[in-house]
Amino acid sequence: MILHQLVDFEILRIIWWLLLGVLLTGFALTDGFDLGVGALLPFVGRTDVERRIAINTIGPVWEGNQVWFILGGGAIFAAWPPLYAVSFSGFYLAMFAVLAALILRPVGFKYRSKRDSVVWRSSWDWALFVGGAVPALIFGVAMGNVLQGVPFRFNEDLMVFYDGTFFGLLNPFALLTGAVSVSMLVMHGAAWLQLKTDGAVRERARAIGAVAALVTIATYALAGVWLALGIKGYALTGTIITDGPSNPLLSDTLRTAGWFSAFAERPWIAVAPAAGFIGAILAFLGLRAGKDVATLLYSKLAIIGIISSVGLTMFPFILPSSIDPKSSLTVWNSSSSHLTLFVMLVAAVIFVPIILAYTAWVYKVMWGKVTAKAINDNESSVY
Amino acid sequence: MDIDIVELSRLQFAMTAMYHFLFVPLTLGLSIIIAIMETVYVMTDRPIWRQMTKFWGTLFGINFVLGVATGITMEFQFGMNWSYYSHYVGDIFGAPLAVEGLMAFFLEATFVGLFFFGWDRLTKRAHLVVTWLVAIGSNFSALWILIANGWMQNPVGAEFNPMSMRMEMTSFFDVVFNQVAQAKFVHTVSAGYVTASVFVLGVSAWYLLKNRHTDLARRSIAVAASFGLASALSVVVLGDESGYSVSHSQKMKLAAIEGMWDTEPAPAAFTLIGFPDQSARETHYAIHIPYVMGLIGTRSLTGEIPGINDLVSQAETRIRSGIIAYDALMSYRANRGKVTPEVASTFEEHSADLGFALLLKRYVDDPRQASDEQVKMAANDTVPTVWPLFWAFRLMVALGLAFIGILAWFFWMASFRRMQFPRLALWLAVIIIPTPWIAAELGWFVAEFGRQPWTVDGVLPTALSASQLSVVDLAITLAGFVLFYTVLFIVEMGLMLKYIRKGPYIDGPETDDWQRKHRQRLSGLIPHAQAAE
Repeated sequence: MILHQLVDFEILRIIWWLLLGVLLTGFALTDGFDLGVGALLPFVGRTDVERRIAINTIGPVWEGNQVWFILGGGAIFAAWPPLYAVSFSGFYLAMFAVLAALILRPVGFKYRSKRDSVVWRSSWDWALFVGGAVPALIFGVAMGNVLQGVPFRFNEDLMVFYDGTFFGLLNPFALLTGAVSVSMLVMHGAAWLQLKTDGAVRERARAIGAVAALVTIATYALAGVWLALGIKGYALTGTIITDGPSNPLLSDTLRTAGWFSAFAERPWIAVAPAAGFIGAILAFLGLRAGKDVATLLYSKLAIIGIISSVGLTMFPFILPSSIDPKSSLTVWNSSSSHLTLFVMLVAAVIFVPIILAYTAWVYKVMWGKVTAKAINDNESSVY
Repeated sequence: MDIDIVELSRLQFAMTAMYHFLFVPLTLGLSIIIAIMETVYVMTDRPIWRQMTKFWGTLFGINFVLGVATGITMEFQFGMNWSYYSHYVGDIFGAPLAVEGLMAFFLEATFVGLFFFGWDRLTKRAHLVVTWLVAIGSNFSALWILIANGWMQNPVGAEFNPMSMRMEMTSFFDVVFNQVAQAKFVHTVSAGYVTASVFVLGVSAWYLLKNRHTDLARRSIAVAASFGLASALSVVVLGDESGYSVSHSQKMKLAAIEGMWDTEPAPAAFTLIGFPDQSARETHYAIHIPYVMGLIGTRSLTGEIPGINDLVSQAETRIRSGIIAYDALMSYRANRGKVTPEVASTFEEHSADLGFALLLKRYVDDPRQASDEQVKMAANDTVPTVWPLFWAFRLMVALGLAFIGILAWFFWMASFRRMQFPRLALWLAVIIIPTPWIAAELGWFVAEFGRQPWTVDGVLPTALSASQLSVVDLAITLAGFVLFYTVLFIVEMGLMLKYIRKGPYIDGPETDDWQRKHRQRLSGLIPHAQAAE
């Protein structure tokens, strides 16, 4: 096939780096509020009906939302195989915890209201809380570790060896970024509940959400300062080949003073953290003022800003290695082949617009607030 | 690599994959059966068909969610437990998984919410479209997963790149239209349809035995028996097609399934039953059916099917050729890709056998240093353990033929004998509910255990594929999965039984109303269009 030569390897790598960001952000924007609602569940719902209201706001959509995550996994596998191999095996037990939480969650949604027993329902409520809070925390912790560099190295056969431990992941900086992630998604979940509910659930969600928005702003700022002052960065040295074979051992990497040199080289990327702060501030105000639709959009702006600020700061690095910098994964040395990236791009160009269209249609069909009356009237069919 | 790690990783993969496949076949088949029922509802407007859709839909939902949940494990496990595999073949294997997400899984997962929550928000026709989209999404999902799996069995459309130390795609077209993948796809989804049909048949038979919900049960049997019979025939025909394609791509698997140690003169006989003995290299007390194997495997009377012993000596030749490729690869590495044309052409000539040289890595770090004895050991490693394959295959085929018989009988009784089923037959239908799952798991066992010692046939040995984890890591996750999956299984079975016992939700007044109108319509009191409102 010659067709794939139409698009340069280098361009394809950048496109797939962007698409990786789009998928992760898409996951955070959609499934993010599901996770947030899960984490909020014990706090916004004091009675069974109140909890069911919260659960049923996401009942019809969580399955589709979760596919962003699964597709994210599949796309990393297809477009960035070394990233998939290194991060999933390196963060082994953390990944297992995420898996366990994400398995509990669908089952919790579906099975919770299928029996009347109080013990049954409250067990599943806790499962949903864990299923929301734990992945939110782990994703943030993972981000914090990626920024610091992860202890892995390749041997000559490109077999990956990982020298870290599970508890090594839980270092202070990573816990701080974990807090950013949890507060951000709680804010997002609260914005969603504000839009989709009324009465006591909505009021509690707004109160907690406003606090979460403030915590997001504070922890994000603190993490930024820490990153600027206390965390070493990485840089490629020597000739940088952008369209060479995907083999990390063929490039050279150095530790540098810090990641923030990226802002000197590409000042425009400051727009990302600015969007993060502005979005979170506006979301705070929107939650206080009770603005349904606008708040959700502000919260989305905050998420897009915060996640993209990490990616843009690290570019071209994707997963730096702390123990063996030359094993670090970058946009230029860890992608799939030219042909695979092209084929995948064609698939994405065809299907992503279709997916967005029918997802939008489903949200439109399910538009409107979930009320106590709706739960009681449809006792047997809702979650 | 530490063999314990590989064995524990294999155990974990086998367990989680087989567990996942407890839910998948029912999802595949039930989604279509529900869509058929709802289609009848929309065409006839009879409330009973909507009640059937909703009732089987409830059971579908309880099952579907575990299929989704355990599927997440599958998508991530390659990276977690099989990182060298992920690196080595991710360029090809990852693509169908990603396309599956884009094309199929998004579709089914987005619309399944609307299937349950959209009854009052959509018109009848729009809801029907949603239901079909769920069914189509589920089945397309299976297509892409089997394209990925088919590539592990028959790795076409790819070649090794010495600069990136991995397999890279050369033709997406070849990967998608891999003959093995296509045969496997139809075989697998048909098996799912049979599973769901036997499930619907069995549950309905139980209602008839208890004299409950007989309206629903009879109609469900009519759908299940006809759909099931067609599917059961398709399973066997496409199973045969699979056998034919395996005879080209995985000769060792075929020989092992057959317990065929020596190449026989064409056309080879099919061994109906026997006792394979790995160490003596013969199958004791074998009962043969002449010609059949040759006909299935080669579709001719003259094609020869090689036996295990011949294949082992072929493997030895390929290992020696692979060592030459490995030597050239080391040259690439030492010179950062700047090699002489001679080295390049040597590599090209032998690179198809590189995987065979990697079989030696179990015994020696550098395959070039392997002794003659080690080469022979590695060649022997290409033979999977024969007896479990031999028996699993025969049991699977026997079950498949039994399904044809049982479903054909129910189809006949439903179509031409006014559903006068003897109680014994109804009990049989209840009792056989678990058997399609057994057949499906046996099928996967034959396909994957028969692929050993490779993760990708002829390309990458299983022993090299696993992640560099510790036994403790694996013990924790294995124990976690066992515990977690056991609890979920008990919960799921409990809910299934609860909702089967509870039966469908029948809206009495609505049904009465429909029947009144129906009688009026038949007697010509009101015109059609008005009655349909």
